[in-house]
Amino acid sequence: MASSRKVRVLVAKPGLDGHDRGAKVVARALRDAGFEVIYTGIRQTPEAIAEAALQEDVDVVGLSILSGAHMALVPKIMRLLKEKGLNDVLVLVGGIIPDEDVPKLKALGVKGVFGPGTLTTDIIAFIRRELNLDTEEAPKAA
Amino acid sequence: MNTRSAPSVEELITAALAGDRRALARLITIVENDGEQARAVLQRLYPHTGRAHIVGITGAPGTGKSTLVNAMAREYRQRGMTVGIIAIDPTSPFSGGALLGDRVRMKDLVGDPGVYIRSMATRGSLGGLARATDDVVLVLDAMGFDRILIETVGVGQAEVDIASSAHTVIVVEAPGLGDDIQAIKAGVLEIADIFVVNKADREGADRTFMALQTMLGLGPRTVRHHGRAMRVDMPEGTHEGWRPPIFKTVATRGEGVPELVDAVEQHRHFLEESGEMARRESERAAHLLDHILRDALMARLLERVPEGNFEATVERVAAREIDPYAAVEHLMHEAALEAE
Repeated sequence: MASSRKVRVLVAKPGLDGHDRGAKVVARALRDAGFEVIYTGIRQTPEAIAEAALQEDVDVVGLSILSGAHMALVPKIMRLLKEKGLNDVLVLVGGIIPDEDVPKLKALGVKGVFGPGTLTTDIIAFIRRELNLDTEEAPKAA
Repeated sequence: MNTRSAPSVEELITAALAGDRRALARLITIVENDGEQARAVLQRLYPHTGRAHIVGITGAPGTGKSTLVNAMAREYRQRGMTVGIIAIDPTSPFSGGALLGDRVRMKDLVGDPGVYIRSMATRGSLGGLARATDDVVLVLDAMGFDRILIETVGVGQAEVDIASSAHTVIVVEAPGLGDDIQAIKAGVLEIADIFVVNKADREGADRTFMALQTMLGLGPRTVRHHGRAMRVDMPEGTHEGWRPPIFKTVATRGEGVPELVDAVEQHRHFLEESGEMARRESERAAHLLDHILRDALMARLLERVPEGNFEATVERVAAREIDPYAAVEHLMHEAALEAE
């Protein structure tokens, strides 16, 4: 009956591409890793994503972008998250991101960038490490 | 596992009551995660509660509950009312994780400062609601939302917890989900104050509508019971004057939704004028107390049982060494809680 903090993750697809297979696979894997995943679906505006992150009080925001518009969308989302006081949320980007853009995204505050071929177990391990989950009571791994 | 720099509960409450949504979000998390702080929050907020009208939306998976909630919230906003939404999806019994997908159907509401949506996972609760639903309702109520819409998990036939958490219960049906014998079974259908046949543009909607109509015509008018002892000696005919209406809606297009919201408001008036509201409020209070007391007693018991003894007893029951009743006796004895 101990009080338990569940890790909450928002999985969102900003922008106009409708390819949500990757986002769904990741959402499912995170669920199986014991996280509570809030899935918002495709074609989300940066404002909608930041507001959902706020209302749901998430620990992690995962953005899936395959449209190539990441350098337009991610800065907006990062700015809105900060404006709403969500400075401490762990932001991850997945999708097709050219190598040269990775440092730019990280400079904006994105902690992890995951390209095609990433194992879901790597994403889960990354989140657990960033949130210091392994040192405390942790959700069961899949 | 909260690594954030944490403002005090008192600071959060003050900020939230002043309209800070970030503070509200964190209060809900505290309440949902239970524990000492949760109790402090709820104690502090309780005096601010009791103003919101609480509407439950329940029904089988895929009947369109999320879309209907989206449409209803929009309608309430047009009427100048603020709306808090709690959308519940199941927790996996295996991983403890959950996929909360109701927001996908609620895109119209994002960015409206008069709407707050929170997704909740059931976290082991089996009655169609999340464990801390009533507590989160209290928080939203204290924040001054005029209407609180609770969307249950997709239910089967017997998940009726919503009946003791909401003032008005809407049961959503959709065409093609079952023959008319489904309509006369006990359970979810009995707790409805209002019925909705959603997806009414689909084939079979009329048949679903008629099956419900027939069912309502057959039974006594007072078909809302919760299996709670306190209901048993209620005088017959308490609900006289409220026959659950049936509405057809096409939630994706908003059709039938203004009429549905009118009916919710009529039901609210009916509850107030008939004295039924006071009765439902005491029922909600009893339910809340029951819930808190159970948790407190269980926590107290586990505190007093020596480390590892509970788990060991579970194993002995599983191995058929003792029966579960003897196991409970044993645990009560360990905790020195047995009857005098």
